[in-house]
Amino acid sequence: MANIKSVSKKTKAQAMGMHTEVLTGRTQQKFFNPDEAENFYYFGTHDVDFNKRTDLDVKDMTAAEANKEIDNLMGQGYGTIVIKNPQGKHSLGVGILNKLNLIFEGSLGYFGMGSCDGPIVRINGRVGWSCAENLMAGKVVIEKNAGSCFGAAIRGGDLICKGSVGARTGIDMKGGTIIIGGDAGAFTGFMMQRGRIIILGDVGINLGDSMYDGTIFVGGEIGSYGSDAVDAELTKSDQDWLKRKLKVAEIGENFDVSKMKKIVAGKKLWNYDNLEPTEKKGAI
Amino acid sequence: MCGIAGLIHRGKSSKVGHELQGMLQALKHRGEDSTGYALYGDTDGKNFIMRFKVGENVGEGSTSVAEDVSVYDERKKIVDSYLNEMGAKIIKEERTLPYSLRYEIEYNKKDLLEFSQKIESIPGVEILSMGKSLEVIKDLGNAKMVCDRYNLDKLVGTHAIGHARMATESGVDIKSAHPFWGYPFSDVSVVHNGQLTNYWNNRRALENKGMRFMSECDSELIAVYLAEKMRDGASLEEGMKESLTGLDGVFTYFVATKDSLGMAKDTMAAKPLVLYESDDLVAMGSEEIAIRSILPQEIDTYDPFDGEVKVWQI
Repeated sequence: MANIKSVSKKTKAQAMGMHTEVLTGRTQQKFFNPDEAENFYYFGTHDVDFNKRTDLDVKDMTAAEANKEIDNLMGQGYGTIVIKNPQGKHSLGVGILNKLNLIFEGSLGYFGMGSCDGPIVRINGRVGWSCAENLMAGKVVIEKNAGSCFGAAIRGGDLICKGSVGARTGIDMKGGTIIIGGDAGAFTGFMMQRGRIIILGDVGINLGDSMYDGTIFVGGEIGSYGSDAVDAELTKSDQDWLKRKLKVAEIGENFDVSKMKKIVAGKKLWNYDNLEPTEKKGAI
Repeated sequence: MCGIAGLIHRGKSSKVGHELQGMLQALKHRGEDSTGYALYGDTDGKNFIMRFKVGENVGEGSTSVAEDVSVYDERKKIVDSYLNEMGAKIIKEERTLPYSLRYEIEYNKKDLLEFSQKIESIPGVEILSMGKSLEVIKDLGNAKMVCDRYNLDKLVGTHAIGHARMATESGVDIKSAHPFWGYPFSDVSVVHNGQLTNYWNNRRALENKGMRFMSECDSELIAVYLAEKMRDGASLEEGMKESLTGLDGVFTYFVATKDSLGMAKDTMAAKPLVLYESDDLVAMGSEEIAIRSILPQEIDTYDPFDGEVKVWQI
């Protein structure tokens, strides 16, 4: 494979080898081959040094200006960036696609850290709606509370809120782990498809409503179960995993994981039996 | 999408007009068709303050029909004569804009129903608020434009709620703008973010019970709904809790009275609200940036949960 830094825009997608369309029949996906890593270039990424640190005061910047400046700093090799005075601005830190230590000294508004892949982020405040939506990899830690739709549609990574979160946490999530130190609102895990949610406190009504798959662990009271969300046995393996995850998340140090409830999909809403065998593979 | 904001100082007064202007202006991206303020000012509590309009703002973006200014003068004259008939004495009169007036009135009867019905029987006249401390000011444009137009910056009081509106279900005019007065109760106002889906069913039922609607804005239903509950003896908080099941749709709303401020969030938690609470101040808004406009320092805020009702006293 050619080094795609040097190929034309038209052929970049094909050259990356990530998506090779078969024009007849169903689309097939060719996964990334580690042997070709040296030729792989992830657009919008930079080589950064974690020991190279700088501050960025965004008080008088728009979100677009702040995000562009973060990108500029990464381009200069800064691997640790401290954001001062975010003051509830929306859409800060979105679209970061490489390793980076990012620290926010304050709170974020809506859509903070959306569509990221790889950064380690600590937010020393609160976040608004839809924090870390579509997170693909990395770790985002919120020291205070979070709004609704926390971790919507994440595909990977660890998303940790040490306080409480609003409604629809983990809606449509397809992977990764969401850990909540406090309580969570209604419709937590709504239509989740894969991944795990851990809530140490109480959770609101309609937990796991219409979930396809995935697992939810709850330490406190459950307001009510959603459609097709059912209890499952908490195994020794589950407990070991929970202990490891909580330790990494730096919360619930003395939390008794053996008393947590485990909720999974009853799979009664699954409609896969109506699919053709080849379609089932694609759907799952 | 609309934006709402509210604040209450506990144990002191402040420039609530200026503070609310900052909060609403921070939310202007949520809608700037119109902006409304319900301000609870420091008064001696002796006289009523009546904010009313004798016409509409027909400026750019308005869905109202233009009228000759002389019509406004005629309507004002009739209002003055009706006030005289009902034994209400005008102590002070301000005409901020041709269509918008503020009267300080000496009026000793407690029941405002008959009073309001008489005044609003004049075509084109609507009482925006009637209270001992409440003043509802609403007009087209964003928060700063309305604040500047009505000189609200210096108004001192204890609490306030406001609304930045993106018109979706009714016209761009003052009558459809929030806040809504909790007619016929003095000093009650409401702002709402969301959509109510059983508006017409509730409206028909409430009109049959003698309640009045001035607009076709679904949000007005909340003010009328709560007023009807209070008329039947319920407390504000009881009325708000009943509204969680009585009103269908998605909503976050604020209601304020002479000495309190409340919030309610629907059982789906579909509409946003961020809340800051300390011993001497409660501030809340659709987005955190509204609160940050008056509290730039790092503070603890949170989202109230689904089906939550809270009421604070001054």
